[in-house]
Amino acid sequence: RRAIWWVYIYIYIYPTIVYIEVVLTNGKPIETSSPASASSLLNRLQLDDDLEADTLDLYASTETRDLFVTVDDPKKHVSTMETYITYRVSTKTSRIEFDLPEYNLRRRYQDFDWLRMKLEDSQPTHLIPPLPEKFVMKGVVDRFSEEFVETRMKALDKFLKRVADHPVLSFNPHLNAFLTAKDLNKRQGLALLTKVGESVKQAAGGYKLRARPPEYCVMGEYLDTFNQKLGTMDRIAQRILKEQTEYLVELREYGSVYAGWAGSEDALTRPLEGVAGCVSTCCGAMEDLSEGMSQELLPVLREYVLYIESMKNVLKKRDQSQAEYEGRLEAAVIRKQEEKTPVPVEVEKCQDRVECFNADLKADWERWQSNKRQDFRQLLTSMADKNINYFEKCQSAWESLVSQLQDDQAENTNETNCD
Amino acid sequence: MCQVCARDITDTFMVERETALLKKIDINVAESEKRSGKNTVNMQETYTVYLIEIRPANAAEGGLPVGDSPWRRYSEFELLRTYLLVTYPFVVIPPLPEKRAEFVWHKLSADNLDPDFVERRRLGLENFLIRVASHSVLSKDKIFYQFLTEEKGWREAVLETGFQDKADSRLKSLSATLRVKNPDKSFTDLKQYSDELNSAISHLLRVRAKVADRMYGVYKVHGNYGRIFSEWSAIEKEMGDGLQSAGHHMDTHSASVDDILEEEEHYADQLKEYLFYTDALRSVCRKHELIQYELEMAVLDLASKKQQREELTTGAVRVFSLKGMSSKLFGQESPEQRESRLAALQQSIQASEDAVLDKNQECREFMRMSWEEVKRFKEQKDRELREALISYAIMQISMCKKVGDNMGTATCDPHHVTRTM
Repeated sequence: RRAIWWVYIYIYIYPTIVYIEVVLTNGKPIETSSPASASSLLNRLQLDDDLEADTLDLYASTETRDLFVTVDDPKKHVSTMETYITYRVSTKTSRIEFDLPEYNLRRRYQDFDWLRMKLEDSQPTHLIPPLPEKFVMKGVVDRFSEEFVETRMKALDKFLKRVADHPVLSFNPHLNAFLTAKDLNKRQGLALLTKVGESVKQAAGGYKLRARPPEYCVMGEYLDTFNQKLGTMDRIAQRILKEQTEYLVELREYGSVYAGWAGSEDALTRPLEGVAGCVSTCCGAMEDLSEGMSQELLPVLREYVLYIESMKNVLKKRDQSQAEYEGRLEAAVIRKQEEKTPVPVEVEKCQDRVECFNADLKADWERWQSNKRQDFRQLLTSMADKNINYFEKCQSAWESLVSQLQDDQAENTNETNCD
Repeated sequence: MCQVCARDITDTFMVERETALLKKIDINVAESEKRSGKNTVNMQETYTVYLIEIRPANAAEGGLPVGDSPWRRYSEFELLRTYLLVTYPFVVIPPLPEKRAEFVWHKLSADNLDPDFVERRRLGLENFLIRVASHSVLSKDKIFYQFLTEEKGWREAVLETGFQDKADSRLKSLSATLRVKNPDKSFTDLKQYSDELNSAISHLLRVRAKVADRMYGVYKVHGNYGRIFSEWSAIEKEMGDGLQSAGHHMDTHSASVDDILEEEEHYADQLKEYLFYTDALRSVCRKHELIQYELEMAVLDLASKKQQREELTTGAVRVFSLKGMSSKLFGQESPEQRESRLAALQQSIQASEDAVLDKNQECREFMRMSWEEVKRFKEQKDRELREALISYAIMQISMCKKVGDNMGTATCDPHHVTRTM
């Protein structure tokens, strides 16, 4: 078991060193006051040649995926008690932890929620990806509208994929159960107890963190600022959608005035109707753009707000775990001086916990940053594409009108045109 | 200069450059200037004057100006136009640019002294002068030529023509509209058409202003993205440059709306000109109604006099009349009295018959000349509005291209922003 700890530490420390020394510190190495400082850990590593090979393979294998999950095919279920949606969860894998190479079953939101809770409980040192919001205001949003279901499904798919891609979370037995078990024996009550139990445990601990290492302070500050920026972006996006909707209303009327005018003309009927048609096409394109924005942009912004919340919780738990260790250590040192007893195993366990926590957290942070960059790069590209698409549709509508009118003109008169 | 295709505006009137006047001279409203002075009620006011420059046609750039190069203000243009309206009632007189800025959307200033407004008015006034100079009849008018070339004395000259006396009173016009029995069908149709055109274009301009306002809003909010991307880039390491670039493109996109809407104003001005043209059309219709009404009155007058003659000669009273009544009550009049009355009546009838002939002639002449005019106007309107619509479409295309290009370089180019993210 100890060997496995070293394996995990090795996997995470290598990128962590790079991260700390190059990225976070702008190339200047720092001395951390954390007991799990990178250099001291490295010193304690007993690098076994075989282990190294294995770990390298293990590291490589996390990049060669052997677990594929998809969430799709929403269906409405109506029963006397309630109406709800289920989604098909398909799994394809070559892992030995799974009995079969393929699974197909249906899950509802509750099941995803259960899974996330179990993951949080069983992997407290890891960042669990967020789920789309659980509660929606009954009057405001239609839970069964195609748009809502589609958006939720995409978010659930993302959640599951992120979990499946995680080197630690993907091996979690609860995930296995979620993907394979016919009936999830959810035992909600027990889960609740565990959660309460843990917080009670922590409250009972009541240790105060003395000095948070700067890298975690930086993380915390970053999360707060990023959260704020996301909130602003959400507001801007909503405002744009609102303005676009109002623009659309006026634009529709604008087109219809041209059509109306065409009725009282004869030579000008074609150009006027043509303009009315183009305006109408632009309206359709604008509708598509707004729909695309609201379906793609807003959910991602919201997802990252939830993600930030999760990450902040993890940071808090890390602080608590460090505080507990320091507290116990201090108590033990004092007792050691007074009673000449060796450092108890409890304290060592605490130290291990803190070190693991820090390692897990840093690795997850790195992964999260990388995901974030990828997600936002894709998002901004997609938004730009949608906008370009809108302008291209409009442009081609006007272009075909111009060529049509110029052809008419060439037929009728010999005058030169504006080119 | 047409701002879209950078063509000389006079090229649009290629057909009409055939007037003798335009063969001789080029007309230019070259500049505008702010002046201060006392107005008619002796109060200080600020107003704008426009320089009218006349040069020999097709001269080199350094051609010497013809005439005084007078500075004219808007009210003098109005005076000229009113003179033309009265003097040539069968002509569809070209309109002036709007007196006050209407159909504004929120950013556009409604202030008459605003430089953009003044500039657009300058172009509109030049357009007006060129249209008058292009008209086969109007271009020959002496007062018009004096307006273009004489600084002093023009005002007196135009008032001396006494055109104000010739102007039909509004009351007379209104009464004619209400009481004419047989207006010519083509004029009734024309009146209806000009009402429809007026309503269509005003509606269009109103909605366009609202569309412009909304479009402005959409673009400007995108500018907020620019700021937020910039702020966000400050807390990122790898993504920083990419976000900065994206933010910059958002700012460019947001700012582009000003140029877009500026160009659209030119299109709006073209529509406005035809909106005001409908007033000129209605003027011609009203004149027809007035003449027709006067003809009908003259015919009625003649008919009633003939009726009277008949009564006098036959002694039969067909219609109740005070004369008939009184002759019944007080006895017939003497044959000498009757004879003299008959003679007077005969003269009156002769005068009436001449009047009817004259009015008929006037009516027919007016209808002939004005119908020529209306035909010409229709052809001009169809041609110019079609061109305006095509130019509008071309403007939309160029706008889509510009914006699309900006977006394209922003994030679609894989070698640009996204890689630095």
